[in-house]
Amino acid sequence: MSGESTYNPSNGFTKWMDSRLPILRLAHDSFVDYPTPKNLNYWWTFGGILTFCLVTQIITGIILAMHYTPHVDFAFNSVEHIMRNVNYGWLIRYIHANGASMFFLAVYIHIFRGLYYGSYKAPREVLWILGVIIYLLMMAAAFMGYVLPWGQMSLWGATVITNLFGAIPVVGESVAIWLWGGYSIDNPTLNRFFSLHYLIPFLILGVVILHIWALHVPGNNNPVGISVKSKQDTVPFHPYYTVKDGFALTVFLILFAYFIFFAPNVLGHADNYIQANPLVTPAHIVPEWYLLPFYAILRAVPDKLGGVALMFGAIFILFLLPWLDTSKVRSARYRPLFRQFYALLVLDCLLLGYLGAQPAEGIYIVLARIGTIYYFAHFLVVLPVLGIVEKPKAVPESISAPVLGAQPAE
Amino acid sequence: MADEHNSAGDETDRRDFLYLATGAFAAIGAANIAWPLIHQMNPDASVKALASIEVDLAAIETGQSITVTWRGKPVFIRRRTEGEIAEARSVAETDMPDPQNDIDRVQKDEWLVMVGICTHLGCVPLGQAGDFNGWFCPCHGSHYDTSGRIRKGPAPKNLEIPSYEFVGDSRIKIG
Repeated sequence: MSGESTYNPSNGFTKWMDSRLPILRLAHDSFVDYPTPKNLNYWWTFGGILTFCLVTQIITGIILAMHYTPHVDFAFNSVEHIMRNVNYGWLIRYIHANGASMFFLAVYIHIFRGLYYGSYKAPREVLWILGVIIYLLMMAAAFMGYVLPWGQMSLWGATVITNLFGAIPVVGESVAIWLWGGYSIDNPTLNRFFSLHYLIPFLILGVVILHIWALHVPGNNNPVGISVKSKQDTVPFHPYYTVKDGFALTVFLILFAYFIFFAPNVLGHADNYIQANPLVTPAHIVPEWYLLPFYAILRAVPDKLGGVALMFGAIFILFLLPWLDTSKVRSARYRPLFRQFYALLVLDCLLLGYLGAQPAEGIYIVLARIGTIYYFAHFLVVLPVLGIVEKPKAVPESISAPVLGAQPAE
Repeated sequence: MADEHNSAGDETDRRDFLYLATGAFAAIGAANIAWPLIHQMNPDASVKALASIEVDLAAIETGQSITVTWRGKPVFIRRRTEGEIAEARSVAETDMPDPQNDIDRVQKDEWLVMVGICTHLGCVPLGQAGDFNGWFCPCHGSHYDTSGRIRKGPAPKNLEIPSYEFVGDSRIKIG
């Protein structure tokens, strides 16, 4: 889809620049006159929203680092110092803390959009895999960031997660001690988490650039899931999608602002306003909401190594998705059976999320086991089999065809 | 690699040897420089230098527990009641996840000394709780008995017994 460059340097400086570092040409061809399928709906605006989230987190994070002290004796108080003394510190911290939640909300919508419209299928496998890598990096960054305020949930969440590595046979304990820099989570751990938490967003930025590059080689997927056939099927990215993305971002920011100004702590845990105490575990350790489904899977398995393996497996299975789905039809619009299983997967993930927040006992465990089994069955059984047994509906001739009414899409 | 000279025939010459030797040298060099960068994350000298601790047990009545910190970890010291000892000794170890005799877990029957960290994912279990009147981990629901042995739940091992010795009738040295 990335065709001939249409960039035309208009003045002396841009001409001079273009023959030395054609960065303006790159920007023009990527974000101005980039041919984009004309039928993209609002589910496609989350790429832009996510870019905004990443930049927001980096800017607010750099500022917070100017006032924060990564030491077990001072970290908790330095966060309170940011909240009370630093000019607008409360605002910047609330943006950063709620920004993480907003980032994950957007990324989940983005991922489920890709799952629905088959955006992971050829020729976009590498694009998808880069996305899963970004998601993994996001989880690492979020986890380490949550440790920095050094509250009770920080310490005990970190204890639970780092102990996951202890489940690795033979070398597990050495790995855990290596991660901690001691025999438990302590000052060396906090210090290195701060260093890595600062690093990871820039790694994400790097992979995002690769992600966009990999997007711009085959071009966007679209709601009908068929490839662009002619120029009739596309519109220039600017102004059509800059405006659409901008509008979606504005709506998204209303939600973002609601949390920052009216419910800044509703997504966190009260326990994290108690300073970390290595001798007292909170009665109920819960990770942040965006990690709950994986936490439910971890607890569903009555075996330590098994639970850890399934939890990581639940993420790594996404790397294999392009090859597990055997159907050639991308968009779920033309896959009646897949649509029903897709709805089931969405409900399953929401159920697991709910169960991750409940105590690990009784009916909750049973449901978590059923949810875990379906999650894996969806990818390992349903998707490979569906591609063979399902009879897809007729796919339109081109992107333009259903728009022009030549053939109703659904 | 020079030995391959004969078997590979005339194609292998001095240049191939130099190429492989240089590559191997660079790889060993890279590994050597990588190790300090990795090893720096392991416990440093100040962490390792944490001395063993001595604890005075005189003030602990039967049925009381204290928690002390050793190497940054909580250590439970419990003066067990007759009932608790009897309970720990009366059950068959065979159907436990990590079978162990109560006698092997204590030096003096009354005194149970163990690291208060759940062997599942590292939380601190709550004392005198759970289905076996021992310890209960609130994080993921592991139940330990009055000997600190895992009886129910996801934890794979019994609560760890640190190395300790009695340095008097009512004084112990941990570590």
